[in-house]
Amino acid sequence: MPKARKIDYIINLAGVIVLFFLLMFIFDTELLGRVRSYIQGIVIIAMISIVMVCSLNLITGFMGEFSLGHAGFMSIGAYSSAVVTMALENAGIILPDLLLFLIAIVIGGIITALMGVLVGIPALRLRGDYLAIVTIAFAEIIRVAFTNFQITGGGKTLSGIPKLSDYHYVYVITAISVCVMYMYVRSRFGRCVRAIREDYIAASASGINVTYYKVMTFTVSAFFAGVSGAMYAHYITSLIPTKFSFNYSAEFLTMVILGGTGSLTGSVVGAAVLSALPEALRSFQAYRMLIYSVVLVLVMIFKPSGLFGSYEFSLPGVLRTLTGRKKGGAKDE
Amino acid sequence: MSNTTAVLEAKGLGVEFGGLKAVSQFDISIGDGELVGLIGPNGAGKTTVFNLLTGVYQPTEGKFFMNGEIMNGKPTHLVVHSGIARTFQNIRLFKNMTVLDNVKIAFNRKMKYGLASAVFRTGSFWKEENEIDEKARELLKLFHLEELADTKAGNLPYGKQRKLEITRALATDMKVLLLDEPAAGMNPTETAELLESINMIREKFRISILLIEHDMSLVMKICERIIVLNYGQILASGTPEQIANNPDVITAYLGKA
Ligand SMILES: Nc1ncnc2c1ncn2[C@@H]1O[C@H](COP(=O)(O)OP(=O)(O)OP(=O)(O)O)[C@@H](O)[C@H]1O
Ligand SMILES: [Mg+2]
Repeated sequence: MPKARKIDYIINLAGVIVLFFLLMFIFDTELLGRVRSYIQGIVIIAMISIVMVCSLNLITGFMGEFSLGHAGFMSIGAYSSAVVTMALENAGIILPDLLLFLIAIVIGGIITALMGVLVGIPALRLRGDYLAIVTIAFAEIIRVAFTNFQITGGGKTLSGIPKLSDYHYVYVITAISVCVMYMYVRSRFGRCVRAIREDYIAASASGINVTYYKVMTFTVSAFFAGVSGAMYAHYITSLIPTKFSFNYSAEFLTMVILGGTGSLTGSVVGAAVLSALPEALRSFQAYRMLIYSVVLVLVMIFKPSGLFGSYEFSLPGVLRTLTGRKKGGAKDE
Repeated sequence: MSNTTAVLEAKGLGVEFGGLKAVSQFDISIGDGELVGLIGPNGAGKTTVFNLLTGVYQPTEGKFFMNGEIMNGKPTHLVVHSGIARTFQNIRLFKNMTVLDNVKIAFNRKMKYGLASAVFRTGSFWKEENEIDEKARELLKLFHLEELADTKAGNLPYGKQRKLEITRALATDMKVLLLDEPAAGMNPTETAELLESINMIREKFRISILLIEHDMSLVMKICERIIVLNYGQILASGTPEQIANNPDVITAYLGKA
């Protein structure tokens, strides 16, 4: 590994750790007083959204294809992990919270990734509008299935899921997830996917197996949607299939577009802002979808590439800019 | 016909689009290191031949072979892996990617590191990325594009975009290069530069070239053999002199002017 790169990684890691301690300082002291658990809830939901939105951005931003059913993948992660952890608890197997949480994450991620492969292989032969319709249909099928399966509540709320998603865990998983997705897009895989988005005919004429890289990206995206779903299930502790409707998918899409298609930084900011904002402005709750639509229209008019375009934040880059040593901005790899 | 064994060979190749025979009974045999021209009036089916030879269209008749191996039914990327690469009549670059990345894409096949290596940034990740980086820059240097490595491909002037497309095709490590009207829209200086590049890659890489071109002086100057296509069928083939003096060709094509 190049030395300069190593230092950059270490600085970024340090930033992540500092932020972690900052959160601990805020949440584990009496700083916030009575609103502490309320704020903590907002932060946890924001982090869960961040993972969702970054994963959706892999498809929408980097691959340039529409997925309007991403909440469907989230629900697979949520339900599959909940079923497993509940079964473990019911069987009287007592595991430490952290281990159970990790099991939930891995189960949610892997099952959803498998579904991603199954859906991706036929669906990714389609492009544009057709793919969008198939993803909507997929999410609807999943929703109806979860409404009818006995094991997922059979139409009633599935409740009694162990509460495992404490903010320390969620923070670490979110940081790791974003980091892994960043590494993915800044590798040969990401390069191929961007080439396919730009011109899939030229990509195949350059020897790229277009379907393979599309399905792979779809699968990676599904995996993290599943991880996000697992964290969600074990935070909310009760699940109802109608939560994962088209509207929910559309919310994530709004966050991607606001932040910037093709920027994970944008996804992080977009998710954080748009999931925290309606909470902060409780009285506007009823107008949430309206606000989202207005935000979307404004972004489309004034900055179609989203707030961040394809810019990626990097702490060393910003430090260099601030200290005036070198022009900042993130570089490849 | 040359005496060398054929690298790329097509026998009775053809494709039909809803009853319209865009190309039929197309035969060709390109030897090692040969430069063959493919000419013909607009709509004759030249680009369609390229699309057939690269697996973009599946032939409805005939077969084609690369080094004796049948290519029918193979998807484009596998045809490319077997050694046939092309450029496009309307340049197709990855416009929002850098010049360097455009070339690195074509080297992707040489890269073996997996997902885990990418995520953990292992030694093999850095080794392969650096190797490919270097190789891509070397190729760019041959075409005097290395200073533009970090420019967006879409921002290059027209002539350089054409060159970059050829560079990218070379990076696929091909044996036969299909060039679809590389000189179209170029000014005389750019055309001269292109000619130089073509000569350079023939010397350096010992590849065969199939060239579609409307610029007759260019075709006559550099092609060893010429095939004339008209209404999807071969009208004539032979040396540049034979073609220039062929009465059928003169009426069908040259005479038109
Ligand atoms: N996918 C397709 N579907 C239907 N018709 C097609 C298709 N591709 C090509 N054709 C037809 O095949 C014929 C040959 O087209 P082609 O592009 O190969 O000509 P060309 O010789 O390359 O001409 P030009 O010099 O203008 O580039 C045209 O009549 C075209 O309309
Ligand atoms: Mg053509």
